[in-house]
Amino acid sequence: MQQRDSLGYTLGVAAVLCVVCSLAVSTAAVSLRGKQEANVKLDQQKNILDATGLAIGEYGVQASELTTKQIDKLNTYVSAKLVDLDTGDYVGDKAELAQYNLVEEAANPDTSIPIESPQFNPGEPRRPKVMKVYFVKKPGTDKILQVVLPVYGKGLWGTLYGYLALRSDLETIQGLTFYQHKETPGLGGEVDNPRWKALWDGKKLYDAEHEPAAEVAKGPGDNQYEVDGLSGATITSRGVTNLIRYWASGDGYGTYLGKLKEEINDDKSSASEGDK
Amino acid sequence: MAKKTTDVLVDPLINNNPIALQILGICSALAVTTKMETSLVMSLAVIAVTAFSNLAVSAIRSFIPSSIRIIVQMTVIASLVIVVDQILKAYMYDISKQLSVFVGLIITNCIVMGRAEGFAMKNGPWVSFLDGIGNGMGYGLVLMFVAFFRELFGSGSLFGLELFPLDRNGGWYNPNNLMLLPPSAFFLIGFLIWAIRAYKPDQIEEA
Repeated sequence: MQQRDSLGYTLGVAAVLCVVCSLAVSTAAVSLRGKQEANVKLDQQKNILDATGLAIGEYGVQASELTTKQIDKLNTYVSAKLVDLDTGDYVGDKAELAQYNLVEEAANPDTSIPIESPQFNPGEPRRPKVMKVYFVKKPGTDKILQVVLPVYGKGLWGTLYGYLALRSDLETIQGLTFYQHKETPGLGGEVDNPRWKALWDGKKLYDAEHEPAAEVAKGPGDNQYEVDGLSGATITSRGVTNLIRYWASGDGYGTYLGKLKEEINDDKSSASEGDK
Repeated sequence: MAKKTTDVLVDPLINNNPIALQILGICSALAVTTKMETSLVMSLAVIAVTAFSNLAVSAIRSFIPSSIRIIVQMTVIASLVIVVDQILKAYMYDISKQLSVFVGLIITNCIVMGRAEGFAMKNGPWVSFLDGIGNGMGYGLVLMFVAFFRELFGSGSLFGLELFPLDRNGGWYNPNNLMLLPPSAFFLIGFLIWAIRAYKPDQIEEA
């Protein structure tokens, strides 16, 4: 007993235990990392597909119920680019595109700017200078069917991270999904309800003056800009409105969407000339 | 001896339930019980952690210097919890997303620590292992009980399978939102303790 309480023995046991435990933990972490990263990526892809409505359109179910093979097939529709939001230009190469991480970019002062919009406040301190946007195109063609924009903003308990899909007129919402949030299940958590998400389909993002207008109504949504409010979740509803309007505004994707619209319209007019 | 090992396994289910009698591990019981599915995974995670931490602590109990025994137990438990968390993230990603921080918080679950200190330090590895499974199941049983009522009346479903069509989806059932908030678990656990103590009056503590 004497020996078991000596300083040397105690330190020895502590050291051995630390080594054994850290080995166990690091083995688990390293051996499972590949699978975990694949899961995160797959989850993100599923959310993009849900926002675009491709899964429903092709297979009639939510992307979360598809097999990996079906998802791979739908992913041939989706491509990504990095966009500098201030200039609206495409930036970065393939390696940067693959490494892009929204949360890290937003946290790093070198790659982000403070959000100081008094009119549209998503409740977040900073946003990345560069965002990764996604396009839906028919495989093998260059015609943009939809553009998918990552969006985020404060809800009640934490930040909602999601994707906003716009149709090729860049005015009409195709879908909105959140892949990460901490809202109360059954109340604010209903942002995940497929029936509620389906309400966004066809709503207008901008009003006649081209100001961001889409919103979550208080109560039932009864015009082309509004969807039904989430009952019992006023703050979540307000948060969703704020984040959509912020990202749609000139502080968010406004500049980029303006440029993209010209690009799409140029393509269209040249294509119709070709038809004649 | 044979009788004793079964007792170790079965006793914590009702007679000596860690939540209902010892009132331990309440916080995670409030947090993860809005759905049966998450509760089941959480229960399995706790069973695994209690069983293996008991096993490990009991196996090395004669080598542990008494001055640092709590730290040693914590280290073993924390390592096991991280391993379980990693496994969930790799194989049950959707559920681990819903459980979020609560798997990590198993480290601070008093049941695990209590069994390591109170049982595994004094008993052999096999009995300790069974004791860990028993206590984990006792915890799981209460979790499933609470989750059953919370999911059924809060979301109209069990294991995500819709039983009562909700009015917001065009059905007839207007869900009870209180069931989705943590206080409802307090009420349910209270009712459960009441029921158990009415059935087994020897559990009533003297005022």
